[in-house]
Amino acid sequence: MSNVFKGVEPLVVKSKISVPYHWWAGETASAFFIKLRDEQKISGTWCAACKKLFLPPRKTCPLCFSAQIEWKTVQPVGTVTAFTVVRRQLAAMPRKAPVIYAMIKIDGTETGLLHILDEVKPGDVKIGMRVEAKFAEVRKATIFDIEYFRPAR
Amino acid sequence: MAKRAAIVGTGQTFHKSHRPDVNGQELINEAVSRALLDANLTMKDIDAIIIGNMDHFEGINYVDCWSVDGSGGTMKPVMKITTGGTTGCTIAIGGYHLVASGMFDKVLIVGWEKNSESDTSGAITTAFDPIWDRLVFAGAISGLAAEAQAYIARYGATDRDGARVSVRDRKHALNNPHAQLRKEVSLEEVLASPMLADPIHLLDVCPRTDGACAVIMASEDSAEKITKTPDWIWGTGNRHPYAYLGDADYGRLTSMERTAKEIFKKAGIKEPRKEINVIELYQPYSFAGIIWIEDMGIVPPGKGAEYIWSGATDMGGELPINPSGGVISCNPIGATGLIRCAEAAMQVMGKAEGRQVPDVNHAVSTGFGGCWWTDMILHGKKKPNY
Repeated sequence: MSNVFKGVEPLVVKSKISVPYHWWAGETASAFFIKLRDEQKISGTWCAACKKLFLPPRKTCPLCFSAQIEWKTVQPVGTVTAFTVVRRQLAAMPRKAPVIYAMIKIDGTETGLLHILDEVKPGDVKIGMRVEAKFAEVRKATIFDIEYFRPAR
Repeated sequence: MAKRAAIVGTGQTFHKSHRPDVNGQELINEAVSRALLDANLTMKDIDAIIIGNMDHFEGINYVDCWSVDGSGGTMKPVMKITTGGTTGCTIAIGGYHLVASGMFDKVLIVGWEKNSESDTSGAITTAFDPIWDRLVFAGAISGLAAEAQAYIARYGATDRDGARVSVRDRKHALNNPHAQLRKEVSLEEVLASPMLADPIHLLDVCPRTDGACAVIMASEDSAEKITKTPDWIWGTGNRHPYAYLGDADYGRLTSMERTAKEIFKKAGIKEPRKEINVIELYQPYSFAGIIWIEDMGIVPPGKGAEYIWSGATDMGGELPINPSGGVISCNPIGATGLIRCAEAAMQVMGKAEGRQVPDVNHAVSTGFGGCWWTDMILHGKKKPNY
């Protein structure tokens, strides 16, 4: 690494800007998060033409682009379809490593929901494992209104 | 008006973890100068430029204009294309569209990145949805790790299989003076390297890199006048799955499967394993070297590891993959896909020097992006008959 700088006086200009963003969640996600916050219910969007229920929900069907979608509430239980245990801390991570990230296919839905697993040891996580949502005590209408998923009881 | 198109020259920097001696424009200039020299052309011959990188890595949002001192684009048509990880491959496809449409005869394509100038993991996180995925998820590795876990659960692969791919690519890099990491490693060293996200070890993944690559494409009106051995573009394609991380079928790269099928059908390739002679795969981590060659149709699902262990994808094997050392040895992200394209072109043109695969008739280069999308190019020695 150090030989990269041999014979070079590396003059650096440091950034003085920071560009903070805020994203409007939008009509579809807002409807989902308000129901999650106020009723502790998880809901997806149903395409009658494709006969598929999507979670995260969408304004149009991602397969046929139909806008004829219908909201359906699902039970907060599902199956782990993929996971990893992140061992190294990154600044943007929501909690301290090790963190178990998992794709959870909520029963009856077509696609996976990305979330965190807890109340389970990293070595005990298996693909196919049944999990349930643990709702947060204080809810702010974000995906962390589901605090995490844990092994189904 | 439509024309066949070919790559007639390529150029690259000697890629490094840091290039404190040059700024972005100067880095770009190195690759462009080498490509012009390779094609024996001057800037006057270039009709249009396509450039690409990932904006958040350098925080410069008018690269098309800012880069002209490096790209030679002053008062020429310049367009920027950026598609995350696939950027380098997408700019090649964009350049092909410009030439093949008959609108421009000679197009310069430039991919570059100075990953040392920002927080790579932070900037990569901008490739995920802010409402659904980004609060929960960070960096690039954990998504890949989840793919590997799902594949392992489905087909019974092990982390030894992944390590074998890493050993191959890191060995191949010894033949490529442009690669950043040129150090042979053993299976044991890969498996003993720190676990980043199960089952991915440090030596299973790509580094971050400063580097640039340039490719010149010309129409059939001038390609054979520029070089005796043009690399003809036989087909290009790309596919996106849907929007969120959870939408993918973990353990399978569906976008690769669809893209490969479309291109091979168009080119009349029925047995890709026998008809393709070399692949430059955008393979950011080792397990992708097993999983994605199955999706490409080289071997059936679940047979990737066996094929890798047979040595078929090593130099001297039936179908060498990543003679350049691949992405695991070098990853200047906006250039990475274009390096795959340039390396494939060099193989077809017989210009790959110490990493040349003999008698290349068809080569494939690919690009991969974070939320499971794929770009792909089929290269050929003969002019396509369509």
